[in-house]
Amino acid sequence: MSRLFLPPLARRALTLAALFGVSIAALSAGADLGQAEKQPTNWTAIGMFGAFVVMTMFITKWAAGRTKSAADFYTAGGGITGFQNGLAIAGDYMSAASFLGISAAVMVSGFDGLIYSIGFLVGWPVITFLMAERLRNLGKFTFADVAAFRFEQKPVRIFAASGTLVVVAFYLIAQMVGAGQLIKLLFGLQYWIAVVIVGALMMVYVLFGGMTATTWVQIIKACLLLGGATFMAFMVLWNFGFSPEAMFAKAVQIKTVLATGKTADEAAAIGQSIMGPGNFVKDPISAVSFGMALMFGTAGLPHILMRFFTVPSAKEARKSVMWATGWIGYFYLLTFIIGFGAITFVLTNPQFLDATGGLLGGGNMAAIHLANAVGGNVFLGFISAVAFATILAVVAGLTLSGASAVSHDIYATVVKKGKADSASELKVSRLTTVALGVVAVALGILFEKQNIAFMVSLAFAIAASANFPVLFMSVLWKDCTTRGAVIGGFLGLASSVLLTIVSPSVWEATLGNPKGSALFPYASPALFSMTIGFVGIWLFSILDRSARAAQDRAGFLAQQVRSETGIGALGASGH
Amino acid sequence: MNTDLTSRILSDPKYHELKAKRSRFGWWLTLAMMVVYYGFILLVAFNKPFLSQRLGDGVMTMGIPIGFGVIVFTVAITAYYVQRANSEFDDLTEAIAKAALK
Repeated sequence: MSRLFLPPLARRALTLAALFGVSIAALSAGADLGQAEKQPTNWTAIGMFGAFVVMTMFITKWAAGRTKSAADFYTAGGGITGFQNGLAIAGDYMSAASFLGISAAVMVSGFDGLIYSIGFLVGWPVITFLMAERLRNLGKFTFADVAAFRFEQKPVRIFAASGTLVVVAFYLIAQMVGAGQLIKLLFGLQYWIAVVIVGALMMVYVLFGGMTATTWVQIIKACLLLGGATFMAFMVLWNFGFSPEAMFAKAVQIKTVLATGKTADEAAAIGQSIMGPGNFVKDPISAVSFGMALMFGTAGLPHILMRFFTVPSAKEARKSVMWATGWIGYFYLLTFIIGFGAITFVLTNPQFLDATGGLLGGGNMAAIHLANAVGGNVFLGFISAVAFATILAVVAGLTLSGASAVSHDIYATVVKKGKADSASELKVSRLTTVALGVVAVALGILFEKQNIAFMVSLAFAIAASANFPVLFMSVLWKDCTTRGAVIGGFLGLASSVLLTIVSPSVWEATLGNPKGSALFPYASPALFSMTIGFVGIWLFSILDRSARAAQDRAGFLAQQVRSETGIGALGASGH
Repeated sequence: MNTDLTSRILSDPKYHELKAKRSRFGWWLTLAMMVVYYGFILLVAFNKPFLSQRLGDGVMTMGIPIGFGVIVFTVAITAYYVQRANSEFDDLTEAIAKAALK
């Protein structure tokens, strides 16, 4: 019966690739496109969004006064506290799509939605235990500072900038298309207008306010989203006298009633099926591979890694991940309750359903309709505005990390050989921001009708297979060399892209080849492409007998001392 | 950072204590997280009926508390690491820095 809410193709994409961040919005953008019909213009939502924009413009103005050097632009001068940074990281992670997408997935398939959210969460402890403080101790502005610490700068920087830009590009396209579709749905605006508004506002934040504005916009949005989701979950539980059992029982009963055309026993089984694992995990290899992309991809996402350089010390870096993990975990518990709330309040209310029993506006609207059901029209406007603000904040963070890869890694380090002054570096980052903004809007419009569900999963797979292995090996393995890191990194990058192209979600669902013709049968390439990346780094490092390799290995002890103690990096942000 | 400072830190037994302790602690916790997460995923892949079995008379199943448990475990294990790192490991780091920079 769940097919009522998602067409088979969308369900397939959901099962295979989706539910990383925006990919559910991507469903509404791609396979689910037919359902993303324009809604009547929602003036309450537009008014609330206007209030958010006005507030963030004041913040940007304030931040602009503090953004004078490249360090201010990239890392807010290192003046963000652990608690603030934790909220900002959580904000980067709680995209509109993970809010709308996971609650919709819970509404459709119950327990399976919980499996996705757990996958998103488990990367954080690993980042905390192995990476966070070492990153803070070694890095200055970008993750390439860490990856290239003891290596020859030019090749490693070029690799890191490629890894960053590729990840950012796929993530950004997915966000822009998701934004256009979502705003068409929520606000009743034209697709292209929505994309242009997102692009223009994002450019203003990043250009004038740099990391300070980007961080505060993200913090405010995280608070609004957490507050709104808390209210919804509270209202749902309140209606069931705060008894989860009562809520689950009602949801099972509704799913049983909705399972028409079945015998009573079959219907009861379908109803109860939302309480246990369903079709999400088909074969164990896909499951593990998918889990690896999520777990280690998080540790290779450039816009997340960049946030570790905005805090003043390793201690604050640790506190940031602790807060981020706590908020994100809490958020996923809320989305689970919201999803079940949607079953009990939305699926039973003809006001929210179309003639065939599907949700008005498409499958992703579960949380939005629930907002209306528990909080009325004003709260509906609030949640819609928060969803828009969310996309805006995530897009700004992505653009900033793309711009820093070009200006800090390519321009300042490779072209100017580390001799660029702060003012010209800042100028290049601003020019890049404008260029990225224009490209993002253009790609957003170009990809409007494409199935882009695979793009975020591809971004995670690349981050896990290229960025993460290089970062990990350069920090922790003493025999790693420049040649090994660059060749292994590019092998991981290439294999993750190629395997994704020949996987069912792209080869069959997007490129339209016949079913079963995909060369690579699994949902995610990470298990294989990560292995290729790591083995590549290892093999080309141990075979490397060059003079540079000797220098790379000799540099390890000093790097390790700094990564473990932070001595020499204390106050690095003030450089 | 100059080589003199590096060699002074390298000769400090406290540095080696810090490195060994933190590395052991970090890897053990990583292993614990992997076991819990991939254990959960393999349970989903191989033993769906176990997760779908009901607890008591209601509709509540084994899977719900286990799933919520994984989320709570993830947050708790992170907090545990940060708490120890921010007290014990940072005290050690401070002592090393003091000795090296004096």
